Amino acid sequence: MSLPERQTDVGPPNYEQFLPPVIKKNYGKWKYHEVLTPGTMVHVAESGDEIYTVRVASPRILSTETIRDFCDMAEKYCGGYLRFTTRNNVELLVSEKAQLDPLVAELKEKKYMIGGIGPRISNVIHTQGWVHCHSACTDASGLVKAMMDELHEYFTTKSLPNKVRLAVACCVNMCGAVHVSDIAVVAVHRKVPVIDNDNVGKLCEIPTTVGSCPTSAIRPNPKDKTVVINEEKCMYCGNCFTVCPPIDIHNPEEDGVAIVVGGKIGSLRTSPKFSKLAIPFFYNEPPRWPKVVDAIKNIIDVYAANAKKHERVGEWIERVGWEDFFKLTGIEFTFQHIDDFTFMRDTLRTSAAFKY
Amino acid sequence: MDKYKTPMLDELEKGPWPSFVTEIKKARNTSSMPEMADDELGQVEKSFQTKRGYWKHGGIVGVLGYGSGVIGRYSSLPDEFPGIAHFHTYRINQPSGFFYTSKALKEICDIWDKYGSSLTNMHGSTGDLILLGTTTENLEPLFAEYSSRGWDLGGSGSAMRTPSCCIGMARCEWATIDSMAICNHMTQHFQDELHRPAFPYKFKIKVSGCACDCVAAIARADLSIIGTWKGNIRIDQAEVKNYADGGMDIQSEIVDMCDTSCMTYDGGELKINDEQCSRCMHCISKMTKALRQGEEKGATILVGSKAPIVVGSLISWVLVPFIKCDDEGFEKLTELTENIIEWWDDNAKPRERLGELIEVKGMRPLLEAIGVDPQPQQVKEPRKDPFFFWAESDFKK
Repeated sequence: MSLPERQTDVGPPNYEQFLPPVIKKNYGKWKYHEVLTPGTMVHVAESGDEIYTVRVASPRILSTETIRDFCDMAEKYCGGYLRFTTRNNVELLVSEKAQLDPLVAELKEKKYMIGGIGPRISNVIHTQGWVHCHSACTDASGLVKAMMDELHEYFTTKSLPNKVRLAVACCVNMCGAVHVSDIAVVAVHRKVPVIDNDNVGKLCEIPTTVGSCPTSAIRPNPKDKTVVINEEKCMYCGNCFTVCPPIDIHNPEEDGVAIVVGGKIGSLRTSPKFSKLAIPFFYNEPPRWPKVVDAIKNIIDVYAANAKKHERVGEWIERVGWEDFFKLTGIEFTFQHIDDFTFMRDTLRTSAAFKY
Repeated sequence: MDKYKTPMLDELEKGPWPSFVTEIKKARNTSSMPEMADDELGQVEKSFQTKRGYWKHGGIVGVLGYGSGVIGRYSSLPDEFPGIAHFHTYRINQPSGFFYTSKALKEICDIWDKYGSSLTNMHGSTGDLILLGTTTENLEPLFAEYSSRGWDLGGSGSAMRTPSCCIGMARCEWATIDSMAICNHMTQHFQDELHRPAFPYKFKIKVSGCACDCVAAIARADLSIIGTWKGNIRIDQAEVKNYADGGMDIQSEIVDMCDTSCMTYDGGELKINDEQCSRCMHCISKMTKALRQGEEKGATILVGSKAPIVVGSLISWVLVPFIKCDDEGFEKLTELTENIIEWWDDNAKPRERLGELIEVKGMRPLLEAIGVDPQPQQVKEPRKDPFFFWAESDFKK
């Protein structure tokens, strides 16, 4: 069995060959769009041409069988054209309006979830978790599934004051923009790593390991060809583990997740914002993490009841103040909420005016 | 049919949201190596039971002539789960805007069923089409099959990472730059940097067509290219009336939420003081039929964003307030990118991202290296403490 001849550095295929003809024709000449339902919209070009989009939820981990099913529907209704969004939704692109309803009907019959457009919860950005990552201290796909089983109506039907971007990161490396999400779960360690001294010298570069620590908690121990961790300085980020596997940060009994809130990416109305700590810790409770799901549901309920139309979670919190956020949500304020890392001085209150 | 009992994972097949567990189970139907998905289920169930992962650190595997694109992944329990003793990731560089034809996608699936687990991520966080789980000996056949059909590998390690972008002009009235063309151009231009890691650390480029920033360029790219414009917002007063008639409270929803209070509305005419407008996109995004951006279009270039590792997360900082992105602008943008990367590559320590290097060195050396003047648009406010550097060149006047 012979293989075709390999090519190097050809880069990705040019996108133009994958664009539906109506997009090619009206490229850069779109005039406006209308959201028709929570999962469908129409874009209208200056020429009057239209393209309809149907957005479908995805667990991001897809089997080739499911991808083929989307391809089959694209062939049946969309001239074979489909795409994915930056949040990993599937989008079927309908050029002929008459095909829209039959496509939606087939998707519904097959139990796909249509939605995520407008002031709602779109697909959740998440990382690999226990499915495929060596550094995960929770499972990302499992958390997302548990969260969205509870919140799915905010994808398919219900609306909120504005969109709420959810994310899950299975460690602080945060492969995905968790640090600027409306509400996000990030897995954290809480115990100083355990060093396998016999293997550090064999497997690790000592200066790199020392340099990997953001709090300068690691110093070399040249005599024993290993390193020593100052337990008082360690903030359990696990970056030493990343560069030196014999420094084991995992502690299944004491690892878990934190919830951060109020981040935003767009520059609309107010500047982009980092997410900030709402709840410092929950134990991992697979398969459904019920306390995490309840806590997120609570934050969304309080936001929905109190925010003005178009306010994102972070904008609402900044308007009412963090004092009120903790009061309204009933979340306990702890030592962990007061920053003592790199940007601490920007976060402490410097005014005698505040609320109770 | 099931090789292992997976009660915890089975629980996650219940409920309305699409289930990743179902996807892993389905992969057994199509892969030439169904033991991969089977053992993946077994190991993930074990993780759920014991609350820890069982993957080793990545090993060095790849295809000939490349240092990027394949991430070695091995189970730490190969005797218990031999099907995933090797379970490497193969990153395919996605087309700009994540557009596909069914024909192309099905072909990708056919090859993956033959040489891999049948599991994918559509897509990975950086943007690549991720193929999850193959063996070392299947890497070269995969590369021959894919590259001969025009699908190259994406980036990984201390290299240029696969650039990505929003949908831009393909289907969005707000794109002021051709984000898909810029992304494709950058990807092609930096093929060597993408495929052969030679940088201090990763370098990410992301391109969004407007300040809505659908690809989160401002949060997770060392170089964030974001569309903007100059000139007055074009107002269609008849459409403004339609929004009001349709129930929109223009005063509270639009005028009162304007970042710079540059709008007024008297119940009839909507007025904008464009000189005061910061081009944030709120009004345009809410009244897309009535308001259109000004006609001189270009991009703002920001630098430095990253996730928390090592010394805290960063959102990108404005470097160049406005650059045109026409044909000539493309050249300038490419040159600017090269110069930024060169300065970083020359000065950064290992595992130091661009934003962290700027914190160490200050913004001035970068601005001087790339020939950009200091401008108030680059800061929220000037420094507060009277400690500052003077260079020899500051004295010559």
